[in-house]
Amino acid sequence: MLWRVLLLCLFAALPARGETVVAGLSQTRVAITTNFAGSEILIFGAVRREAPLPAGPLHVVVTVAGPSTPVTVRRKDRRAGIWVNTDAVEIDAAPSFYAVAATAPLAETLSDTEDLRRKVSIQRAIRAVGSATESADAQTFTEALIRIRKDKGLYQELPGAVTLSEDTLFRTSIALPANLTEGDYTTRIFLTREGTVIDAYDTTIGVRKVGLERWTYTLAHERPLVYGILSLAIAIGAGWGASALFRLVRG
Amino acid sequence: MQIYLPIAEVSVNAFLLLGLGGLVGILSGMFGVGGGFLITPLLFFVGIPPAVAVATSASQTVASSFSGVLAHLRRKTVDFRMGTVLLIGGLAGAAAGIAIFNILRQQGQVDLLVKLCYVVFLGVIGLLMLVESLRTIRRMRGGKTTPKRRQRTWVHALPFKMRFRTSGLYISVIPPLVVGAAVGVLAAIMGVGGGFIMVPAMIYILGMPTKVVVGTSLFQIIFVTGFSTLLHATTNYTVDLGLALLLLVGGVIGAQIGTQIGLRMKAEQLRILLAVLVLAVCGMLARDLLVRPDELYSIAMGPR
Repeated sequence: MLWRVLLLCLFAALPARGETVVAGLSQTRVAITTNFAGSEILIFGAVRREAPLPAGPLHVVVTVAGPSTPVTVRRKDRRAGIWVNTDAVEIDAAPSFYAVAATAPLAETLSDTEDLRRKVSIQRAIRAVGSATESADAQTFTEALIRIRKDKGLYQELPGAVTLSEDTLFRTSIALPANLTEGDYTTRIFLTREGTVIDAYDTTIGVRKVGLERWTYTLAHERPLVYGILSLAIAIGAGWGASALFRLVRG
Repeated sequence: MQIYLPIAEVSVNAFLLLGLGGLVGILSGMFGVGGGFLITPLLFFVGIPPAVAVATSASQTVASSFSGVLAHLRRKTVDFRMGTVLLIGGLAGAAAGIAIFNILRQQGQVDLLVKLCYVVFLGVIGLLMLVESLRTIRRMRGGKTTPKRRQRTWVHALPFKMRFRTSGLYISVIPPLVVGAAVGVLAAIMGVGGGFIMVPAMIYILGMPTKVVVGTSLFQIIFVTGFSTLLHATTNYTVDLGLALLLLVGGVIGAQIGTQIGLRMKAEQLRILLAVLVLAVCGMLARDLLVRPDELYSIAMGPR
């Protein structure tokens, strides 16, 4: 088990404190290739302890967050018999992907104050400043955003998905869906006892397009005219090619 | 086989896209429509972001139209002169249409406008074509020969006349220019080539023979959609080459098959089929607007 060896190395390198978290990831880079169909990240670690085990159950919370972007959530309403977008709420920053896994339901592992401060739950990870002025029920728009992204597997709530053995070793796996956007995915691990965060650890997973995907994306954004002409050339070429091929086939 | 699209940033089944391309290609070859009005809603359904779907189906339409035109060229069923006149109007119209589109997008109701445009135009055109073709067929069953619809109308009274030999017409250039421009505006707003509006307009307003209409329509669609592909690529970066390639491979093959099917069918049968197809798409879109959607909320990236 490579990760156990890795753990031992991490153990050795750490300074002494009360209770600290040592962690590792099965991969810190996700390459989006042409046949990318999602990826599974294994997050594991251990609790390093100088003093004897304190009272109260220990919990581990793991979050993985994709890059945040502003989004607009629109709501349809019936006007003159047809369904039309009527209200809209702009959400300042919503992560493109967000997974929160814990050893127990989040309410048991983390107090509200800590959640507010560290922005751990999905609701808190979404920042919606000033949206209250736009619509009286801005909350329902945020809920709709969460519901839609949950359906697509982009937002995941995984209570009980972290396994903690002997109050020391923990591990969990987070499934990254195929519809992933590029960027740095922040991974945070919190050690909590009675709702209070004892220690936190964070690292990033770099999600990058590679190869053909990378080339296409760069060309499209940096030389749009060349890219446009290339698309047209391919289209015309394909059209001609098919026509020529069919003539050949029919003799 | 799942494939990750570089611009759309979604993962979709490659065979599904090939199939979609092929299906739309067959229709394109049969009827001389670019197929954009079908492929764009189908791509939405597959889960491609709307902006990418619109831009990429434009480039896909270039390919299937080009393939179709080559097949029609060999049968000498393309009226280049008429096509060029329509195209001049079309490009001017497309430029104006994109300007209108951008103004409406800023007001946040562009989705509704696009859908309403689809429902109204598809509905009216589909019904007109269906009624007309059924009447023609009934008349032929009655034993009478079809009377040539070459009466002199207001179209023939306009100045700047030009001879269109392939179509056997001697008419003013104003109606084709206006038809081209009007279709160009709609094409830009609806993100399609506009063949499904162009074809009936050529038959019923300009009085062109049906066999020539298909090739000529495809000819001008190549340029209008090529123009909008370039515009989308340079302003919105929404043309997805990966998606385009998959649709292309299916599309170009389909277009060749479609052209062969089209040549074996009677003009009236073709028109009835196209009318039914147009009405079906219209019905699907109308249902979206009239029935309460399952999810009332929608997410758009970026601030308003």
